[in-house]
Amino acid sequence: MKKVELTIKQQPELYLETENITPDAFAGKSADEIAALNVYEGNVTHKLGDFFSIAGTPGATAADTQIVVNGNLERVKWIGSRMTAGEVVVESSMDMYAGAFMAGGKLLIKGNAGHFTGLGMTGGELRITGNAGNYLGAAYRGDWRGMQGGVLRVNGNAGSDVGSFMRGGEIIIGGDADVHVGTHQEGGKIVVKGNAKSKVGGQMVKGEIIVFGTIDVMMPGFAHRDNVDLEVDGTKATFKRYEGDLGERHPKSKGAVVYGQLYIKQ
Amino acid sequence: MSKIITDVVCPFCGTLCDDLEVTVSDDGKKLIDVSNACAIGAMKFLHSQADDRLTKPRMRNEDGSWRDVSYEEAADFSAKMLANSKKPLMYGWSSTNCEAQSVGSTIGELIGAQMDNTATVCHGTTLIAVQDVGVPSCTLGEVKNRADMIIYWGGNPAHAHPRHMSRYSMYPRGFFTAKGHRGRTLVVVDPRDTDSASIADIHLKVEQGRDYELLSALRVAFRGEVLPDVVAGIPKEKIYEVAEKMKKARFGVIFFGMGVTQTLSKNHNIDIAIQVTRDLNEYTKFSIMPMRGHYNVTGSGEVWGWQFGFPFCVDLSRGFARYNPGESSSNDLLVRGEVDSVFVIGSDPGAHFPFGSVKKMNEIPCVCVDPHITPTTVVADLHVPVAFVGVEVGGCAYRMDSVPIETHKVVDAPEGMITDEEFLNMVLERLQKIKGV
Ligand code: SF4
Repeated sequence: MKKVELTIKQQPELYLETENITPDAFAGKSADEIAALNVYEGNVTHKLGDFFSIAGTPGATAADTQIVVNGNLERVKWIGSRMTAGEVVVESSMDMYAGAFMAGGKLLIKGNAGHFTGLGMTGGELRITGNAGNYLGAAYRGDWRGMQGGVLRVNGNAGSDVGSFMRGGEIIIGGDADVHVGTHQEGGKIVVKGNAKSKVGGQMVKGEIIVFGTIDVMMPGFAHRDNVDLEVDGTKATFKRYEGDLGERHPKSKGAVVYGQLYIKQ
Repeated sequence: MSKIITDVVCPFCGTLCDDLEVTVSDDGKKLIDVSNACAIGAMKFLHSQADDRLTKPRMRNEDGSWRDVSYEEAADFSAKMLANSKKPLMYGWSSTNCEAQSVGSTIGELIGAQMDNTATVCHGTTLIAVQDVGVPSCTLGEVKNRADMIIYWGGNPAHAHPRHMSRYSMYPRGFFTAKGHRGRTLVVVDPRDTDSASIADIHLKVEQGRDYELLSALRVAFRGEVLPDVVAGIPKEKIYEVAEKMKKARFGVIFFGMGVTQTLSKNHNIDIAIQVTRDLNEYTKFSIMPMRGHYNVTGSGEVWGWQFGFPFCVDLSRGFARYNPGESSSNDLLVRGEVDSVFVIGSDPGAHFPFGSVKKMNEIPCVCVDPHITPTTVVADLHVPVAFVGVEVGGCAYRMDSVPIETHKVVDAPEGMITDEEFLNMVLERLQKIKGV
């Protein structure tokens, strides 16, 4: 795999939109061509080379390209969005939309990620070593398809609205989650290793939510069915199994109604 | 001598009453009296007659004092500020007519602005929910003529929309509601003991921040599933009882206010309230409607809806319309330092935004177009007073049920004063010159 190293050399006055920092956009280009890609600050179009110094060369394809981004990226949005292959390593916290709509490859953020991270992603691996903001793996406004595939792993805490409208894939949060986990969820799996607040699984159709810690206030539409032993992300334990949201519509499979599954560690 | 003008539209709240009578002097220069309006509506008309009203634009001096300038100088300053910004925010738009909103849209598109209206701190969450799950709604005329169950959720119309109950919901006698309020059931859902709650047949004193759970519980009850003993502070028997009453209504309507749009769960509260309404249409006829605040905030959403496809939080910076409240919403833009100038019209964010946002408005260039001296004008570099829409100039406004109503001019503006639309056109002309288009 060939490597391109970007280092931010000038901070934007406002915020920078850099959806072109992906293996897909870089593959097969020379350093000059990469420097000539557009980045945006409000209504002004700049060149990537105006803000980043560039070292190394990308591979011929996205899959053969690794991008490492250095420096303080807290005012930079959209890195790794829509990427389909290859690798991006962000050596800093970054702002919104990291890995939004990503379809493949690996994106690693060594720090915190802002809101709307992994929005509507369909595949690939997204890892955040710090905390994530709101709407992690959720749907874009008005879309009924949140995260649909891939794995999204956060070592720290996540904000509100984790996995809204989620339909597939897996979200694993090492710490706590704020309100609204899996609202309108219709597939996929969300694991919260810490505590969840309230509004967990509201309007959930199907899919799984697994909480290791506590839930402050349960939704009224979840009924305790039984207790089960599960192995979740390497941990074996007994979980209370709930089904819901009983107020929501549910599909049938082989004559039986399919509910959302909520597991809380005993 | 004086004359009386009838069928005047009140440009204050989203109820947009159209039955006011205004007495003006014979020469049409003085407004003498207003009848049929509620106290706040009448005050809006009478305010236009204040002796200490500003009639000229004023610009801030270095030392913080003001100096009078001409409308031409004001338009020059505004155009330069907007043209020099990388990401200008054009905010407000709810207390002006659709004609001005339309000129504003042209400006926004030309300069790649962030366009946002007062829904951003009010019913914007409603707009998010409507986009997510749709909305079964109706007009206020249908409510008056058909509804026998009225629900106010998270709002206090007795104070915020004083004539809403008498004109449309509880008291009027309509085609199929000949008994007026005696034929209607009023439910108020509010943690507070409000004046609206005091006249309700049923007051559900929901625990603060638990509306989402209570709405969810109603859906569980509709489906005959088992509920926990108490949800959101309400015993389950009461929830089953209200759910049954809702199902048995002939025509029900849920009016909801900022008690649900701007408290914990925000758009999710509305999302699930819409689903409650949808569920009820399996059994009877039910509708849901937001209690929009400013008289033409709805119109601003309509204009941008047809212009850009989105009703608020429109980001035009990249030359096409994007929309994502949470990023392109005024307070996020301000607090995060995403914008470098603010143009305010037809709203008072200085009074309604959090301190952090107002502080930012104070730091960056800021123009405020408003007939009044407000907390916003305190942080502005330029204040442009204009004629009162609906009093001194007519124009289109949209009622809370999205019905367009033409407002009227009843009295002349003080001599030399121009309207929102005229001022915006002056700014637009200058911007076109700067941009060479
Ligand atoms: S209810 Fe609203 S529109 Fe009607 S008179 Fe009062 S303020 Fe004006």
